[in-house]
Amino acid sequence: MAFGSSALIVMVVGYTGGACLSLLAPSERLARAFTALGAVAGCVGGLAAAAGVLATRVPVEAMLPSLVSAAGGIVIRLDMLGAFFLVLIAAVGLLAAIYGITYTAEYEGRHSLRLFGLMFNGFLLGMTLVPCAANVFTFLLAWELMAVTSYFLVMTESEHLETRHAGLWYAVMTHFGFLLLLPMFLMMAPGGDATTFADLRAGAALMPAETRSGVFLLALVAFGSKAGIVPLHVWLPRAHPAAPSHISALMSGVMIKLGVYGLLRVVVDFLGTGPAWWGGLVLAAGSLSALGGVLYALTENDLKRLLAYSSVENIGVILLGIGAGLVLQSYGLRALALVGFGAALLHTLNHACFKALLFLATGNVLHEAHTRNMEQMGGLIKGMPQTAILFLIGSAAAAALPPLNGFASEWMVFQALLSGAQIPQPEVAIGTPLAIGVLALTSGLAAVCFVKAFGISFLAMPRSDNAAHAREAHWSSRAVMGVFAAGCVVLGLMAPHTLSGIYRIVESLSPRTPPAPSAAVGSVWLVAPNGIAQVSPLLIACFLTSVIVVLVAVLRVRGVELRHADTWGCGRIQQTARMEYTSSAFAEPLRRVFSELYRPTEDLSISVHPESRYFVRSITYTSQVVPWIERAFYDPVARGMFACATQVRRLQGGSVHLYLLYLAGALMVALASAWWFK
Amino acid sequence: MSRYLAIALQTLVAVALAPALVGFIRWLKARLQGRRGAPPWQPYFEIRKLFGKEAVVSHTASWIFNVTPFVVFGTSVLVASLVPLIIAPSGPFLVGDLFATVYLLLLGTFFLALAGLDTGSPFGGMGASREMTVVALTEPTVALSIVALALNAGSTSFSQIVARTLAEPRAALGPGHVLAFAALFIVTLAETGRLPVDNPSTHLELTMIHEAMILEYSGPYLALIEWGAALKLLVFLSLAANLFVPWGIASSLSPVALTIGFVSLIAKLGVLAVVIAVLETRVAKLRLFRVPELLSASFVLAALAVMSTVLAR
Repeated sequence: MAFGSSALIVMVVGYTGGACLSLLAPSERLARAFTALGAVAGCVGGLAAAAGVLATRVPVEAMLPSLVSAAGGIVIRLDMLGAFFLVLIAAVGLLAAIYGITYTAEYEGRHSLRLFGLMFNGFLLGMTLVPCAANVFTFLLAWELMAVTSYFLVMTESEHLETRHAGLWYAVMTHFGFLLLLPMFLMMAPGGDATTFADLRAGAALMPAETRSGVFLLALVAFGSKAGIVPLHVWLPRAHPAAPSHISALMSGVMIKLGVYGLLRVVVDFLGTGPAWWGGLVLAAGSLSALGGVLYALTENDLKRLLAYSSVENIGVILLGIGAGLVLQSYGLRALALVGFGAALLHTLNHACFKALLFLATGNVLHEAHTRNMEQMGGLIKGMPQTAILFLIGSAAAAALPPLNGFASEWMVFQALLSGAQIPQPEVAIGTPLAIGVLALTSGLAAVCFVKAFGISFLAMPRSDNAAHAREAHWSSRAVMGVFAAGCVVLGLMAPHTLSGIYRIVESLSPRTPPAPSAAVGSVWLVAPNGIAQVSPLLIACFLTSVIVVLVAVLRVRGVELRHADTWGCGRIQQTARMEYTSSAFAEPLRRVFSELYRPTEDLSISVHPESRYFVRSITYTSQVVPWIERAFYDPVARGMFACATQVRRLQGGSVHLYLLYLAGALMVALASAWWFK
Repeated sequence: MSRYLAIALQTLVAVALAPALVGFIRWLKARLQGRRGAPPWQPYFEIRKLFGKEAVVSHTASWIFNVTPFVVFGTSVLVASLVPLIIAPSGPFLVGDLFATVYLLLLGTFFLALAGLDTGSPFGGMGASREMTVVALTEPTVALSIVALALNAGSTSFSQIVARTLAEPRAALGPGHVLAFAALFIVTLAETGRLPVDNPSTHLELTMIHEAMILEYSGPYLALIEWGAALKLLVFLSLAANLFVPWGIASSLSPVALTIGFVSLIAKLGVLAVVIAVLETRVAKLRLFRVPELLSASFVLAALAVMSTVLAR
């Protein structure tokens, strides 16, 4: 048997074994071990299979048509695009599983770790099968497995009301997407039996233009609800904070990327070139998600919700790359389009790396500070110095600062958009620069957001006792985060190498594509499509380090005297944490600037001394930002649903006679229709 | 190799000149306000004095506070090596383009804001919050000005933009170019903490942006931050000067061309310094919440620049 398919078998057996063993484990402690063991085995198998495909460029194929013969059976075909996403899932899954060994220890006795192990392995199995699937049945099976198991993982701490709400939102949104996937696949399938992806690709080529556009729209909404594009993002800021942190890392780092995978698979692989408005629509969705995500991240005081909104922003950045690619492709500039898709995939990889790191670091913080509220943290850098530096690396990467990995991919997205501006079509030439403006504002705001996330949580004085007594977590979890942090640095410095590999993946989707222009393979430069502008994260890092080393050396030789003293405070006696700037205060200027978007509710009550109003006894200020998108779109829908449900409830009278009547009625209707349609 | 040397040299020249630029603006402002003022080379004395002093570090501060001055100065130096000063840097040893410049400067600001929060002082937090706000709001304007320039030149590389403007001077006088210059000039004022966005000569309550953020710094650390900020001002002014009015910039490495390049750089910086000094004596500082209006005006200018460049093609 070939290497690739045996690796895939190891993967499936690993996950299934892990799931079964942890379910049957005699003790919770063993269940934790089996969960990780199965996941690690499965992920190693997945990594091996994906690495084989990427190295040899030969897809792995396997068919089990007899398994579910009616639906075409299980058909597996792992090509280069699938292998790229499989690497992502298996790598993050592997590290998250190791992190989970110690992280889930606190659940012992409180939640069933056996069920958790089953769902964790099932979740990984579902996710890894999605990019391997090569027919509609397999794809939908894996997609649904992923959705259902992750629902149970989100519901781990279901004793909290907030978690149960999050689970409901998540279940509804994910099935809304699933519902749209069915007609999308049906429209592409040329016949009832022809449901393999090869058939769909052939069928898509024969479709009339309107149907193709219909498929595109369905794909954008269906996969967009999984990826979390605005306004379909509402489940992200609810589900991510509710789930255990390593599950959030998996969901945010990897699972939402499968929405990107689906979009690329259907739009770029199956449909191919479309009209320019497809790209325009994706650019608009990307701009909205990028800006909307970062604006809500900015006002958030809950660290995990902040990270969840930041994922929405990054999905927006990825969509900007895809949109630029689609626009360029529609004008026949296939070589330039490659740069757009390549930039999107590079950002997908980079985001998985830094977001997983940030969620895991946040997990350690939550474990010690016992709160997700940044206003209760502060000063963690003293008790958790290593977690702090790892979180800082993740923050800097998320803020797209050079030379880390976020910068490399955003630079490529900029350049891809800039090549769109060269198209001599006024709406394109003006639309793409606007997208550039949005991207620039987004990255500026992301920098503010992550200064806040790191600065308020980790720096200055602790704002609570728990924060003051925070200590480092187990070494294994720090080691896992160290791997991700190293990934952020290496993927940043080696971005040109990664990108040239990614170009090969995108080229494999359409065999006739000319090679990417001036894609300097193996050099240290990222090169713009026109071949003139270039940037080298590696050299930036070298120069910056050498300047700093020289400066430090000069100051060492001269000798700097350091004196430690209190922070200067206008003559006040003692500094306390109450004098520090808070998370809300930090975001206040931007909240005022964008107050039209936020529409915050504010409540200020001041109680004064009865003798004189100049003696204030207490001031209470509460302010809340409820995203108006939710109020505008979702509240009416939810109200309508509840109204319908109340009406439907009338059918259930509770009387057995009534139900018998229903049965008889249904039988009559069935018989009558059978006779009618005979 | 000699080109490499020339760029290293002009970076050193920029580092050496930066305090004089700040000193010159201060001296001119004093003259315009009817004061005698300190001589233009006063900042050199200040930097020397600060390097000889001890640095006071807060008990609350972490290593971030100690690292930041080096990051700020380092990014400023690195950026100075990328922008066109006496000659336009080009060739295979160049590490970045216009976008990279913007992000490198953002790296310095990112660390400065963290250091502002690090000491736990409300001043630092306030300065950090406001500085980051202003910087974030300038980003889209910078990006669109870059696009307006890049559309004509076909690239975001500095040398390509300069070469293109020199080759086709008629394009340089187009409305797109002028609008982009105006947008970038407003951004320069905001990014380098000049009036009407921020007042560089005080850190009193009304102006608390940049100076409030670095309030806790002293001694050599303060010297590095001040010097880095001066270098950032010089970089922004030379960008405004050399990207939009590149004439005089050296196109070869001959001594004559380099001398002309040096003299024209000094002249252009001088003109822009006079403009800033006059502006700072004429306008009052804007309220913080009026600043976004100024910045959105600059964004509109940049958007118009892009549109007119597209339409004029």
